[in-house]
Formats: sequence, structure tokens, C-alpha cells
Amino acid sequence: MGEEHGFLKISDITAGYGRRMVLRGLSLPPLLPGNVITLVGPNGAGKSTLLRVVAGLMKSEGTIHYRGMDLQKVSVQKRAHYVSFMPQTVPGDVNLAVIDAVISALKASPFDQAGRANEDMYARAVAALERIGIGDLALQGLNQLSGGQRQLASLARSIVREPSVLLLDEPTSALDLRHQVRVMSLVRSLAGDGRIVVMVLHDLNMAMRWSDYVVVLKGGALVTYGLPAQALNPRSVKEVYGVTVRVESCSRGLPQIIVDE
Amino acid sequence: MSNTTTAQLYRSRVRKNISVILLLAVGLVAAFCVDIATGPSMMNIGEVVKAVFMPGSVELATKVIVWEVRLPYSVMALLVGAALSLAGLEMQTILNNPMASPFTLGVSAAAAFGAALAILLSAGISFVDPKWMVSFNAFVFAFGAVMLLQFLSRIGRTGVEALVLLGIAMDFTFKALIGILQYVASAEALQQFVFWSLGSLSRANWENIAILGGVLAVIIPFSVAASWQMTALRLGEDSARSYGINVGRLRFFSLIRVSLLTATAVAFVGTIGFIGLVGPHIAKLLIGEDHRFSLPAALLSGAFVMSLASIASKLISPGAILPVGVITSLIGVPLFVWLIFNKRRK
Repeated sequence: MGEEHGFLKISDITAGYGRRMVLRGLSLPPLLPGNVITLVGPNGAGKSTLLRVVAGLMKSEGTIHYRGMDLQKVSVQKRAHYVSFMPQTVPGDVNLAVIDAVISALKASPFDQAGRANEDMYARAVAALERIGIGDLALQGLNQLSGGQRQLASLARSIVREPSVLLLDEPTSALDLRHQVRVMSLVRSLAGDGRIVVMVLHDLNMAMRWSDYVVVLKGGALVTYGLPAQALNPRSVKEVYGVTVRVESCSRGLPQIIVDE
Repeated sequence: MSNTTTAQLYRSRVRKNISVILLLAVGLVAAFCVDIATGPSMMNIGEVVKAVFMPGSVELATKVIVWEVRLPYSVMALLVGAALSLAGLEMQTILNNPMASPFTLGVSAAAAFGAALAILLSAGISFVDPKWMVSFNAFVFAFGAVMLLQFLSRIGRTGVEALVLLGIAMDFTFKALIGILQYVASAEALQQFVFWSLGSLSRANWENIAILGGVLAVIIPFSVAASWQMTALRLGEDSARSYGINVGRLRFFSLIRVSLLTATAVAFVGTIGFIGLVGPHIAKLLIGEDHRFSLPAALLSGAFVMSLASIASKLISPGAILPVGVITSLIGVPLFVWLIFNKRRK
């Protein structure tokens, strides 16, 4: 029982927007601490919706068990203590210093404020920015940053409370290649600290390269789940995307998805 | 950049923000003094200061003018400016819309309808003193309108955009109702209503001031307590909720604060536009959107612009005091444009 408390178990999730159901009774095998789990699938498959449900941003039927609680039933503050969500888009017009934005993520939650001095908050915010590699942007206004830099600042806000479950919705969508690699290695190191990292990616090769497990979704239902090379095979890709691909090993032995159309 | 340098720069940034706030406070005190010293009956500033601090040492007429006319007028200007500007800042944050003001959701139209009912139809309520009837009605309708909006948006589970649209619908509805009342009203009542709706400080007295001052004194600590959450809300609703903020509750209590501030201010001075838009923007342009600092800055800049408008309302047409609601935009716009251009140049 003890170890099971660290698992995230998503069962029978049904959720949608108004009458339009996006997820239909979705269940996943237990997600383990230390693992990076990537959700892939075509647009409208329910990837972001699943992240939003786990983050508590939308109501759903079903259960999300974590450390002996049903995350659906705990208060917004308590959930935020364990789970952090990085949205796909971040507002670009906010005249607020990056460091203050990060501190606001700490200060906003009473759980994280208890017994902590302002200096400590500042130090934690600086540490988060440095871990992301944007310590030099601390005093820049969010409205002065490029789209990619804003995304990195958003990632810093997501990790500053040191959540044990990290949900990232397309964390690399606005980033150049160098930053994509940086964020992906960071994601690996965050999982290495014992976190469960669940992210949405569109780039299948990136999912293949950086994930421990891949969840393939289509039409709100699970198509396949498994190790990257198992889940992302020509058949599953053809089934969900309708695109013919082959998977070949590169010179270093890493599997690569090559589109044949 | 090393940690020490970042820490030093951060501290100096905080100090800079505090200096801007202090500077605004100094400007406000100066504008307030000029405001008291300005008026149709020529008095020099020394005499006014004496009347304020040593009322016994000046002539009775001077004392009466200063204490019964000038001071209430000027103090009310400060309080109304501060209240509407704070309400505007909160409204812009919770509606995620830089064009929002305390009047965005139809609050002013609702208040005006309440006042129009009282003035045009001489509607009275047995437990309300007739001299308070207009203010009472304006307050009840303004506050009631926002509560109704909250209720509608809660039962419809609609988002911010729908709230704004409902507010606009509310605005049009009350304006139509006012139109009907105006159509059936007598010429005299109509004139009285038009004067009310222009917004004037001439109705200021110490009772009104105590009430509005009391409302501000009660609300400001709650606004300050919510300032980090409001800052976090600027980063998007999803982010804020994932930080553990109950956004629905934050928005609900903020709207209660906004409606109390706006309804009380409008009840006593009528509709005074633009301050609720320009006050928060001046604060944001000078200081940014960290609510710890933009909140006091918005209070002060709203009060400052209102004080300037009050001075101008006495100077534009010598011998007469124009309704200040007509002046606020005239004073606010040039200041606003100057700030925007100045910022762009930087």
C-alpha cells in the first residue's frame, strides 16, 4: 500500500465542454514517480483536456487517486500543493517582472506561505529561474520577453512550488531547438527528483526520445499505452493520424519516426 | 548576472516603486492644498491653512467657507478618486480587460436609474430620510445590479466574457429605462436629474465623507490582502487556479468590493467617468502590475487626477463651479496621453 501512495491513478474519466464530451471513460495504468509520461494524439484527442482534468481546472466524472486522496474531491489549495499545471498559452501583455510573477505563484497559495519569510520566497523564486536557466531574466518585464522566454518563465512558475505531479501542456511549442532540448533535459531531471511529469507533445520523435511512457489518445479514448518504441509504431500512428510512417534506428541506435507520405 | 547583483537590483526596483508612490503622495498633497485654496471667494492660501489648523483664529465667514464648502469638496474629490480608481484596478484584473472600469458592468447606469427613480418620480421609502433618498436608491440599484450579474453568471456557469456581455446588456437596459423615466418626467425634475447625472462634488458634506471614507477604510485592507492573488490572476485564470487560487471566490469578493466602492461614490457625487479607467492605468504605467505597488499607486493617482479635476472645475469658468464629472475626462486625457507617449519613447 505504502508505495502505491506515490502513484497517480486515473480511472474512468469522462469530461467535456458543455454537451460535447471529449474524454469518454478514460483510464490509464498507474503513473509512477520518476517517470515522464507523454500524451500524444491528433488535435481534439483529449490530451489537454486530460491534463486540465488532473489539474482540477475542469469538472469530470471518474476518479484521480493520488497519495490516498481523490484529487477530484480535495480543495483547490490542497491539490495545488501536489499538482502544478503549465498552460499552453501565457498572456504576453503583463507588465510584471519575471521574478514577481514567480513569487506570485508561491504567495498565492496559503499552503506554501506557512512559516515562510519573504526572503525565502525570493530565494526559492531565484532558484526556480536558475534551474530553468533564465536567472538573467529575473528583472525583465514579462511583456518584454519573446514567446519562448515567456514559456520558460511559465515553466519556472510551475516548478517553484516543487510539486510532486507536474503537468505540462506543450511546453516546447514556442521554443527554438536549443531551448526545446534544454526544456526536455530539464523535464527529465525534474522527473529524476521523484516527480511524476505528464506532458502533451505534438512532436512524436521528441516524445520517443524523452519519455518513459507514451499514451496515445484518439477521440477521447486510449489507443495504446507503453514504452515509447512500443506505443509509437507504424500501426498506431496510422490509426490515430492516418499517416504512413516507419520507425528506424539512427546511427546511435535511437528509434526515429520517418514520414513516408 | 550573479545572485547578489539580482538581489541588489530587485531591492532597488522595490525602492524605486516606493519612491514613485511617495512622489504621487506628495503630488496629491500639493493638489489637495491648491484645491482647498481655489474657489469663487478669493482667499489666500495662508488664510486657508490657518482656517484648517486654527479655526478659532480666522473670521467666522472664512471658517464657514473653508469647513463647510472647501474642505468637504476637496476631501470628497480625494475619496471619490481613490475609490473609483481602486475599483477600476480590481475590475481590470478580474475581467482581464484593460478597458474595464468600475462602470463597465453597467454599475453607473444602474445607479443613475436608481437616482432617476428617486428624483423624477419622487419615489420615497418610509424608512429612508428623504434627503438620503437619491443616494440610497443609487446605491441600492448599483449594488443590486452587480449582485444580479454575479447571480446570472453563477447559474449560467459562464466565464468572464459572458459576464462582460451581461454587464453590457444590463447597461443598455438601465439606459432604456432611464430614457422612459426622462420622457415622462416634468421639466424641473428632468433638469435636476441631468445635473445629478453629470457628477458633482457640490453634494459633498461631512456625513457623506464619513460614509465613503468608512467604506474605503474597510475595503482597502481586503484589497491589500488579495493583492498577490490578483497579481497571479494577471498570469491567466488557468495558471492562477493551478497555484491554488479559488478564482471564482476571488472574483466574487472583488466584485463585491468594486460594487460597494462604486455604488457609494456614485450615490454621493453622481456619475464620474474616466477616473476609474485612467487612475489604474497611470499606476500601471508608472509601476507595473504588481498589485502590492499598483494598488496604492492607483488609489493615489485616482485621488490626484480627481483633485486636479476639482481645481479645474473651479477655474474654467470663474465665479461658477462646473460639475466635476464633465471635467475629469478633460483633465485625465492629456495626462494619460502624455504618459503613454512618454513610456513609448523610453
